[in-house]
Amino acid sequence: MPSREHILHRVRTALSRSAGQPAAPAPEAWLRPISMDPDQRLRLLLERFSGQAVRAGSPQEALEQVRRLVAGRQAVASPAPLLERLGILALPEVVPASGSVEEVRRICAAADIGITSAEYALADTGALVALAGPQESRLASLLPPVHVTVLETDRILSGLDELFTRLPDPGAVSSSLVLIGGPSRTADIEQILTLGVHGPREIHLVVLEKAS
Amino acid sequence: MSEAFHHRIQEALLDERLQAALYAATGRLMDKRRSGVTAQQLPDYQQLRTHAHRIKQHTLENLDYYLELVERRVAERGGRVVWCRDGSEAQSFISGLARDRGVRLAVKSKSMTSEEIGLNEALEHRGIEPVETDLGEFIIQLAGQKPYHIVAPAMHKTRQQVADLFERKLGVPREEEIEKQTMIARTVLRQKFLAAGMGISGANFVIAESGAVVVVENEGNARLATSSPPIHVAVAGIEKLLPRAADLAVFLQLLGRSATGQPLTSYTSFLSGPRRAGELDGPDEFYLVLLDNGRSRILADREKRQTLYCIRCGACLNICPVFRRIGGYSYPGAYSGPIGAILTPQTLGLNHEPELPFASSLCGACAEVCPVKIEIPQMLLALRGEVKKAEARERRWNPEKLGFRIWAWAMQRPRLYELAGLATSALLEVDLPGPLRAWGRGRELPAAPARSFRQLWRARPRSG
Amino acid sequence: MAPRVSLFVTCLVDQLFPRVGLAMAEVLERLGYQVEFPEAQTCCGQPAFNSGYRGEARAVGRHFLKAFRDAECIVCPSGSCASMVRHHYAEIFHKDPEALAEAGKVAPRVHEFSEFLVRVAGREEVGARFEGVVTYHDSCHALREMGLREEPRRLLRAVRGLELREMDIAEECCGFGGTFSVKFEDVSVAMLGTKIDAIRRTGAEAVVSADSSCLMQIRGGLERAGLPVRALHLAEVLAGV
Repeated sequence: MPSREHILHRVRTALSRSAGQPAAPAPEAWLRPISMDPDQRLRLLLERFSGQAVRAGSPQEALEQVRRLVAGRQAVASPAPLLERLGILALPEVVPASGSVEEVRRICAAADIGITSAEYALADTGALVALAGPQESRLASLLPPVHVTVLETDRILSGLDELFTRLPDPGAVSSSLVLIGGPSRTADIEQILTLGVHGPREIHLVVLEKAS
Repeated sequence: MSEAFHHRIQEALLDERLQAALYAATGRLMDKRRSGVTAQQLPDYQQLRTHAHRIKQHTLENLDYYLELVERRVAERGGRVVWCRDGSEAQSFISGLARDRGVRLAVKSKSMTSEEIGLNEALEHRGIEPVETDLGEFIIQLAGQKPYHIVAPAMHKTRQQVADLFERKLGVPREEEIEKQTMIARTVLRQKFLAAGMGISGANFVIAESGAVVVVENEGNARLATSSPPIHVAVAGIEKLLPRAADLAVFLQLLGRSATGQPLTSYTSFLSGPRRAGELDGPDEFYLVLLDNGRSRILADREKRQTLYCIRCGACLNICPVFRRIGGYSYPGAYSGPIGAILTPQTLGLNHEPELPFASSLCGACAEVCPVKIEIPQMLLALRGEVKKAEARERRWNPEKLGFRIWAWAMQRPRLYELAGLATSALLEVDLPGPLRAWGRGRELPAAPARSFRQLWRARPRSG
Repeated sequence: MAPRVSLFVTCLVDQLFPRVGLAMAEVLERLGYQVEFPEAQTCCGQPAFNSGYRGEARAVGRHFLKAFRDAECIVCPSGSCASMVRHHYAEIFHKDPEALAEAGKVAPRVHEFSEFLVRVAGREEVGARFEGVVTYHDSCHALREMGLREEPRRLLRAVRGLELREMDIAEECCGFGGTFSVKFEDVSVAMLGTKIDAIRRTGAEAVVSADSSCLMQIRGGLERAGLPVRALHLAEVLAGV
């Protein structure tokens, strides 16, 4: 008997269920989105982000912040519309994460700084929600030792509960959704915390106030 | 058999440095957990635990449905589910796939399940080099040891020991500073990530409706292992399933806070299949290996089915006064601590280490901290009953059994009970081998009172 | 007519720590209860149950149910024994409908001593006096199976002259665990050592617990370490030792 049938048979026998039997109704998912006004969201996000967070009042300010962070180092940026619009992709040090998969990997591996946008940010934990896509690279936020995210204020959610209310199935839109809660860290040796073991040791956030 | 168990325990207890490190490390994790679940931090903590227990209960009670659902979803999203009855089937598939694709090097992120099935040895046997990339796992792989703790695999290693290992095995100049050791590992492993033909991960959760695996970490090695190589293989026990992505709102909170006190770890990856058309990076192929390896048998046991609810947070290890002294290597099998004490007898059989369920004072601290409310002491008691029942069936001669038989007989007869009591008092004065001597090794024996309570009660002057 | 309570002293107290039973009776009488001692009682069966011998536990359990059949209110100086009757009898008798029914009737009538005083008698101040600094050790069953964390402490705080000083690991197991204490003697003693150190750190003159098995373990460790700290049962303190 193929393993699939073998395992399913054993499971059904264990549960006294029959093939094709629907599941009993599931307990409701515990989703309690916290209500927060936009000011609160922004304030909390800036407070709780586990790295340097700055707000930019205008697109020019945002570009300036990023330029300051790049400061002549080699950078890779996801070819995201927001980053394009802000002129970040046009910065001289920036190479877009595009081309074949191997090329993207190579560019990200060589960069000192990775610049990405984020699909959302979560105010309560200060986390970023990175969704992979044709214009968002997985590796740009992971391989370089410094990671900069640019985000507009209308993308700030109150927390995970709101995220899953909006996006009940992340797999419907992307092969990879990553909640980024902080820099890469480990305490595996003598419980002493060190940063940047595999991913970025330093993360930055530039929040652009969206004109309403 | 049990001698080896007692011997390992003794070794651990005699190692003063280990005792100090172990107590401190688990103490720290315990404190972090405690501050993560205070009334301010998590006001709904108790309700969340109950809810999580119910979700796990529901999922496992309908597991066949959810298994078929996840298989469909994974296929719809370009991946493939591979069903494996046991470790050797999983080993065969993974090494077969690697050989087929010409993979010589595989990078691995932390997976207790892969440890359980001895995947690394199997891969090496077939000419594929598996490299552990979680820093703690990397260290113990170099040392040729198994993980010490579910969450902190190298808890028992000092920086000096790490320096020795790196010098010997990596050929780098000796370095004792932890920050620099970490950077050495980063450099060495970065090359592996970029060169590997396959990334093998575990899965903290498998989301049935999404056909996705969820990998929770702080280092970023799991992200790298699942994003850089062209093939991603996720290995998960069939009990890892959850119905919906929305269920993560509860489980991520409980996992993070119970393990290390963090509301959210550095990275939580929700991976549903290979790279989609047009995506910039990610693997070309995705496989989800669903492993039974004894879990369906545990599922059939209504009382002990809850063993499968475990989300591998490690909280029970950190709070267990026994684990905190005997350490991860005293336990047989891949899993240690209270969860190991109930899981291992059910997967490897009661006879593997019949004394394991007895290596507990039944203090119940584990049940108190378990985020999914597994009644571990209850499970231990049930296993103890099964061990003794098996011994009775096999008619194994056992002085303890005879002792309890006589004891029970006397306890039903108050006069005999009184005589027995007198005998006990007398025995306390004599140095006899057996339990009294074992007691007396580390403690003073209680003094025998002149009269028992009932004697004193009878002699009591009656008022009015 | 004074309300009646029946003493379930436990085999350990009966044979090795009789003063605890007497102290418990004294406190109850002081509060106006008429105290009875059903002589047929022996043991609740816990030692056999914990060691995996369920058949033997059942036999002894049935005897317990007989001995206490007519008792309306049962008070016990041990959280582990009270819990055995209240929580585990249903388990061991699940295939014996008669005993199961009996167990179901007895379960709500069994009370651990501090539970009885605070929750049933509604008393915290029981006329006790004890001069000195005392620290409290939570016995695992009383704490986790019976939910008794505050009750013993409230009783101690109401004792005239007594200063209660908490140790930093009051809730950590002392290492007794029944036969665990001899089967895994080295681990048990290691756990005991940590507890003794914590007691020492408080500077208290006495350590109090609500379970004689813990006290037996702790006293054994204190004496071996040569520490002049007394190990007392809550009942002994409340009876004014």
